[in-house]
Amino acid sequence: MEAFVHFLQDNLLMIYSVTFAVFLGFELISKVPTVIHTPLMSGANAISGVVIIGAILLIRQTPSDDYAMLAFGFLGVILGMTNVVGGFAVTDRMLEMFKKKK
Amino acid sequence: MNSIWFDIIYFAGVLLFIVGLQRLGHPASARRGNLMAAAGMGISILASIFYPMEGSHGNYLWIFAGMGIGAVIGWLAAKRVQMTAMPQLVSLFNGLGGACAVVISLVQLIGAEQGATPMSQAELGTILLTLLVGSVAFTGSLIAWAKLDGRLKDNALVPPFPTIFNMALLLISLGLVIFMAVQGEVSMMWMGILLAISLVYGVTFVSPIGGADMPVVISLLNSFTGLTAALAGLIYSNQVMLMGGILVGSSGTILTVLMCQAMNRSLWNVIVGSFGASGGSGGGAASDGEQVAKELSKTDAAILLAYSSSVVIVPGYGLAVAQAQRACRDLDNELTARGVDVSYAIHPVAGRMPGHMNVLLAEVDVPYEKLMDLEQANNALPNTDVVIVVGANDVVNPSARTDTSSPIYGMPILNVDEAGKVLVMKRSMRPGYAGVQNPLFFHKKTHMLFGDAKKTLQELLEATKVGV
Repeated sequence: MEAFVHFLQDNLLMIYSVTFAVFLGFELISKVPTVIHTPLMSGANAISGVVIIGAILLIRQTPSDDYAMLAFGFLGVILGMTNVVGGFAVTDRMLEMFKKKK
Repeated sequence: MNSIWFDIIYFAGVLLFIVGLQRLGHPASARRGNLMAAAGMGISILASIFYPMEGSHGNYLWIFAGMGIGAVIGWLAAKRVQMTAMPQLVSLFNGLGGACAVVISLVQLIGAEQGATPMSQAELGTILLTLLVGSVAFTGSLIAWAKLDGRLKDNALVPPFPTIFNMALLLISLGLVIFMAVQGEVSMMWMGILLAISLVYGVTFVSPIGGADMPVVISLLNSFTGLTAALAGLIYSNQVMLMGGILVGSSGTILTVLMCQAMNRSLWNVIVGSFGASGGSGGGAASDGEQVAKELSKTDAAILLAYSSSVVIVPGYGLAVAQAQRACRDLDNELTARGVDVSYAIHPVAGRMPGHMNVLLAEVDVPYEKLMDLEQANNALPNTDVVIVVGANDVVNPSARTDTSSPIYGMPILNVDEAGKVLVMKRSMRPGYAGVQNPLFFHKKTHMLFGDAKKTLQELLEATKVGV
């Protein structure tokens, strides 16, 4: 219990911002037309590739001779970057078609 | 350089995510929104590479090499994929993001086990949760990809008593997370067990779900990946990961709920309903004994179309599979030139993803004004002479309205049976993706045109040009 109270005290600002971000996410999406659902899902998926930053920080923290860990981080960067670049590129391709008919 | 400059870049990155997501929600500004979010991602990634960090070992070669390889793979996959296969690709990308989170959390846990990085119970719990949710998103997305790509049958890999089985796996894995977090130290054995159970859970979570519910699952898994990114952001105290992840997590959740609403079902019902599996064995309304579907020759169909005054086309997944969007547009042009009023009725879940049909039709320059959503279409259908159903099935199935025993009962459908005549293009009499029989095919107004949708449309076009 005490640990929990400590956690709350130490992270109050973060708890605020996380809560606001949750509501912001709800609000941003709650009124979109069906037409845009697929590209939107795809774009959001690309944003979730932000996890790649974790892999980058991981590599930076790893000693340069710890090849096993570096290989793991390397794999993480490849996976994350594929998600990011592929995700944004495929979303752009979908949306390109919406634009054309104007 | 002072780290505050990099924090400002992170902040700009988060702002770009927010504005980008907002723009993505409107057709006119969506493309710019996507580019803004991409720009936010770009500057955030660069900032994370050069952020001043105590005890950084550099290793830039590893980072840039990995980024280069990932960028090339992602770019090629995105550029080369067929429009019809896009839903699968999104699912696959999503799985990779989940896998990335799994890799990160494993490395952190191994580091903790070796005593390299001491961590608190809260930190440990966060990492274990990242491992759990990331694994589920990873294998779940792979299964969704395999199903949509036709590599995996709808009833494959389903455990016995799926609901109980999955509930048990979920409880066990959450229990393991709590157990290890309270213990405050990592044992490789327990970590391995948690990883294995989470990976299996991802498979058995998605495998019983099939049919029209696949888009909902992909959206749900997408919000899971967002959640893992946020959790990983907590591990690194990284604001971009945290905020970006939370935004995707919450917007993904609301998108999932919107999709469920479009089918008039609850999320819970989708997850435990085992929609596709239950209807597979001939459930639904094949009750009136021997029913015969009437076939119509292409010439007769062409005459019917050419002499009608209004035609509504209902596209479905069959149109996507047959790559028939251009043939569809050609027929539309020919009929329009003859003074027929042609429009399109788009069901919210036609195809494999909401908006799937809009993308395909936009590809061949079908004007925006010709597309009707469910409500508009159902208002227009009673005054429509002929409806052409191109490879759609469940979304025009009247038993969703009438037959309480049907698994799709309650789903809003396009009431095509209210139009004057219905032409159904279909490859065979096989039931649709949801595995339910469709009484529309035996309706007195309905005529069937069997064959590949593209070929049938082209033959119809020829027949319209010469025969009438």
